[in-house]
Parts: sequence; structure tokens; C-alpha cells
Amino acid sequence: MNISNLTQDKTYASVLIALASVTLLIPLCNLIFPEDSALHFSAYSVSLIGKYLTFALLGLSLDMVWGYAGILVLGQGAFFALGGYAMGMYLMRQIGTRGVYGNAELPDFMVFLNWTELPWYWNGFENFGFAMLMVFLAPGLLAFIFGWLAFRSRVTGVYLSIITQALTYALLLAFFRNEMGFGGNNGLTDFKDILGFNIQSEAVRSVLLLMTGLSLIGALLLCRWIVNSKLGRVATAVRDQESRVRFLGYRVELFKLWVFVFAAMLAGLAGALYVPQVGIINPSEFSPLNSLEIVIWVAVGGRGTLYGAIIGAVLVNYAKTVLTGLMPDAWLFCLGGAFILVTLLMPDGIVGLLRRRIKPKPTLNATGGQPA
Amino acid sequence: MMISAATTTEGGASLPLDGEVDARHGPILYMEDVSVSFDGFRALNHLSLYIDDGELRCLIGPNGAGKTTLMDVITGKTKPDSGSVFFGQTIDLLEMDEPAIAQAGICRKFQKPSVFDALTVFENLELALKTDKRTWPTLFHKLNSEQRDRIQDVLQTIALPAQQRQLAGALSHGQKQWLEIGMLLMQDPKVMLVDEPIAGMTHQEVERTAELLLSLQGKHSIVVVEHDMEFVRSIARKVTVLHEGSVLTEGTMDEVQNDPRVIQVYLGG
Repeated sequence: MNISNLTQDKTYASVLIALASVTLLIPLCNLIFPEDSALHFSAYSVSLIGKYLTFALLGLSLDMVWGYAGILVLGQGAFFALGGYAMGMYLMRQIGTRGVYGNAELPDFMVFLNWTELPWYWNGFENFGFAMLMVFLAPGLLAFIFGWLAFRSRVTGVYLSIITQALTYALLLAFFRNEMGFGGNNGLTDFKDILGFNIQSEAVRSVLLLMTGLSLIGALLLCRWIVNSKLGRVATAVRDQESRVRFLGYRVELFKLWVFVFAAMLAGLAGALYVPQVGIINPSEFSPLNSLEIVIWVAVGGRGTLYGAIIGAVLVNYAKTVLTGLMPDAWLFCLGGAFILVTLLMPDGIVGLLRRRIKPKPTLNATGGQPA
Repeated sequence: MMISAATTTEGGASLPLDGEVDARHGPILYMEDVSVSFDGFRALNHLSLYIDDGELRCLIGPNGAGKTTLMDVITGKTKPDSGSVFFGQTIDLLEMDEPAIAQAGICRKFQKPSVFDALTVFENLELALKTDKRTWPTLFHKLNSEQRDRIQDVLQTIALPAQQRQLAGALSHGQKQWLEIGMLLMQDPKVMLVDEPIAGMTHQEVERTAELLLSLQGKHSIVVVEHDMEFVRSIARKVTVLHEGSVLTEGTMDEVQNDPRVIQVYLGG
């Protein structure tokens, strides 16, 4: 293991510990301390932190595909939104007769559109297990078909980035249409229950935060395992010298597809965790701007490190919460400015800055056993 | 489960197994009447070339003679407009893509050293190792002791055992060339295509490269493209001279150097 690996390991461990603390302590505090205590987190802040963690998971998914396989996906938000819609459909079916129109079968927006029966693709979503399967399958399948066509035709670089942007824009337009059957402009909202528990209750909010934190920790460990596997090294090789990898006998397009589909599924999971915590999913989640923001989180945090994406996503979104509260119009300028600054001054992001600060003693050990 | 469908695609099933390369008639590589044009420029012009099993062949020729294009055609990077390219008697290389050709046993060192800078020397060799190269087996791949020994052997051969845990990007130009040769060896190829192996090497490194290539002939068929005539003279039994996309002449270094056509191409052209 070389020097940069060692510093990486320390930061990686710190991020892991921080995540575990947030995930466990906040729900625990809310359980122990009474509502008027200073250590009791309000439902609002629990949901807010939960939202940050879903964004961190989304950033992590982009870092897998961009940081390691070198595919700059400008439509990662599409997979996030699809996972979110799958979860939203389950939550809609749980409303039952409590909707405005009191229809046991049809969600309100369908009654409003004078639909008489549930579209076929809504079948099964009353089942939580099926919905969770779709959370992974829907984005995974889209990524598989899209990636299969793109990577096999050797579409790379800017061209690929642009068509991923077009993909999410096309979905944005499609989901805006009422005829699609996903609630059009308004999307899916007014959720009541999840697995029979009131989604507004503080306990459920805490559990959702716990689930999000555990998913993020699990995903980070899994991603770390993948990038340290031989497949991870092939992905890095593809990122740096794609054609050379072909001449070593690897089918580059299949390796890209593997990482792309994996990352899409991870983004889908992030979306599914996001929707019950914010209480709505609508077509604006497909907005190209959202996908660009994800790229900025990863760039700010530090690309190709996994934990950098998490740090970046949380920091940028925290800044967004604060700044949009103070001066709503300035946010996009700040975001753009941050991206320019990071690109010019700290190409390795915040993580790169940290790494330069904490330089370990130079004990280069050139010989010895095998790398892990 | 969706992904696994993609890992068993074209090429996987039709790959020839080891030892299926039929070189009983002598040549292991046949190029017949191959032509390639780029926007009207004939890079290869009705070129025919045969490489014998276990032979070390040097290719020389002025710039633009078609040496690199020839390697591109053999390795599947460029599809010719006409002609046929066979690996042994039976394997049609024109029907295969780059990974399939590489897995069949034709490996290539590029003119510009192409190693993976962000990986260590050891990891570079590990990636090249001849093994199952589909996605899922690659994800779960663990080196066994035999494979570790193999990597250590190659590290010895290319004189980089002390640098095995360094990033390849930190190597000198000559060391990168050696690492890339090592990556070829890891693939245990039938045919090695070696484009300008000694560029950027010191005199000592050049000598060791010559020794290495000489020690490999017989076990592998090697095609070397090189500009350095002294180096070519030190390793070559048989030299092929390319000119304007076709073979000008073939023979020993002495024969070739005294051929008036060759002299004209190099000096008078």
C-alpha cells in the first residue's frame, strides 16, 4: 500500500465513523430525550439530514461511474428520479380511501382525469417488496438498454455526456404529460403511510433516517470493495486508456455497462429513500440542472475517492439550505462560482486539500509483499 | 442478473481455445493482398506477409510505409478494404474484434508506451494476466499462488521487482517500455507485435531489450517494428522492408541493406 492509500484510509475511516454517528445518534437522541430538550431533533431537521444523506448516496453513485470508470454522466438524476417514482407509486397505493376522492383503487390524479381503471404498469406497486424491486430494476433496466447501445457503438466523452443529458430531459418532458399516468406536473404526493406506519410521525422519520444512513454506509463499503477488486482496476484502466484495455482482451463496453448499471441502481435506491422523507416526487427531479448539480457535488468533494462525493454532497447541500434561506436568487451564482473555483484551484476537491494538509511521514517501502 | 446477460455475448463462445491455432503449415500469421485506404490515401497496398511460428521478424521502412497500419489490421483496430488475414490456418482475424484477437493470443506493444499510470507496476501486470476476462469473474478474481509466481517471474524478466508497488506513472520512459513488454508476456501470447521497443532507452537498456527479445523467439512469434538499424541488425534473422504500403523486399539484414531498391527508398526517396 502506498502513501496516498494510507491517508485515504484515514479519511475513509473518519467519514465512515461520522456517518455511523449521525445515523445512530440522531434517532437515539429522539428516542431518549423529551421533545423540549435541546438534544431532541425536530422532525424537520431529521428529514433534512436524511435528505442530505440520500444526496450523498446519489453523489457516491456518480463517483463510481465518473470517478472510476471515467464516464461523465450528466443524467444521473434520471435514475434517482425513477427510483423515487417507484417508491412514490407504492406510497400512492397506500393512501387507499383516504384520498380527496376516496377511491380505494385509483390515486386522486387519476380520478381527476376521469380514468376508470389503474394502468397496467401500476399493478403490483401496492406490494412493498415489488416496489423495492422496481426501485432497482427500473433505473437498472434503463441504464442497461441505454448503456448497451451507447457503449457498444463506442460513444464516449462529451458526446456520451450530452446524450445522458438529453435522456434525462426527455424523461422530464415525458413525465410532465398527464397521459403518462405518473401524476403529470404535480407528481406523486400526499403520502399517508409506509408499511402501515404514519409517514409524518417523528418515529418513522427517525427510522427513515436510520435506513438512509445504513444504506449509505452499506453502499460505501460495497463501492469500496468494488473499486479495490480487479474489476475496479479494470475500470480505472478504462478511464485512463480505454483502447489499451481492449488489447488486453477485456470487453471494455461490458465493463462500462456493469459500472453504469450498478451506479444507476444505487441512484435509484437514493431516490427511493429521498421520496418518503421529502413527501413528494415530481418531474422536476428529472431536470438536467439537478444532474449537473450532482457533478458539482462530486467535483467539490473530490472525484475518484468515494468519500469525497459524500463530503461534497453534504457540504454543497448544506450551503444550499443556508444560502437559499438568506438570498434565494444568489444560489445558482454561488454554485457556478464554486464549480469554477474548484476546477481552477483545487482539481482534487476538498479531499485533495485535506490530503495535502495531512501529509504522512515519507516512509516509502518499495519492496516487500504483494499489494492487497 | 441483468448484467450477467451482457457478459455472455458475441465472441465469448467462438473464441478458439489454446492450441487451436493451426500453424502446422509453418506460418502462424497470414496476410494476403491486404489493402487499407484512409480518405484516398493507400496506407496498405495489396500487402502480403507471412510470419512463421516462433520466428522473430523485423519490419522496417520509412515513415508512412504502413508499419503501424499493418499492426492495426492484425489486432482488429482497423478493418481492411480488401484482402484476408488469418491466424494459423483456420482463424479469420477479420471476423474478430480487438478483445477476441487479444484473447486468441495476439498481443501488442504500442509505439507510445501505454501502461496504466494510476495503477502500480504489479497491478498493471495483474490486469494483463491471461485469465477469464468477463465482468463477473473479474469482480471476484483472486490471484492464486501460481499466478503470483508468474507475476514475480515476469517482474524479474523485465528487471522491475523493486518497483512493483510503485505507480507505473512514476517509471522512467525506458522502464515503461519494459513494463509494457512484461504486460505482453503476462498474456502468454502466440504472437507479439512490438512497435518501437527501444525508443527512449539507454544504451544498456537497449542491449537488454535485444537479449530479452532474442530469448523469447521460438516460444513466441515476434514482429518488431524499429527504426534503429543497429538494433535491428543485432536481433534480426529476417527483415521485411515496407514501402508505400506493400512489401518491398525480404531477407537477411545484409541482403536487405545491399538491395539497390532499399537504398533508393531510404536515401534517394
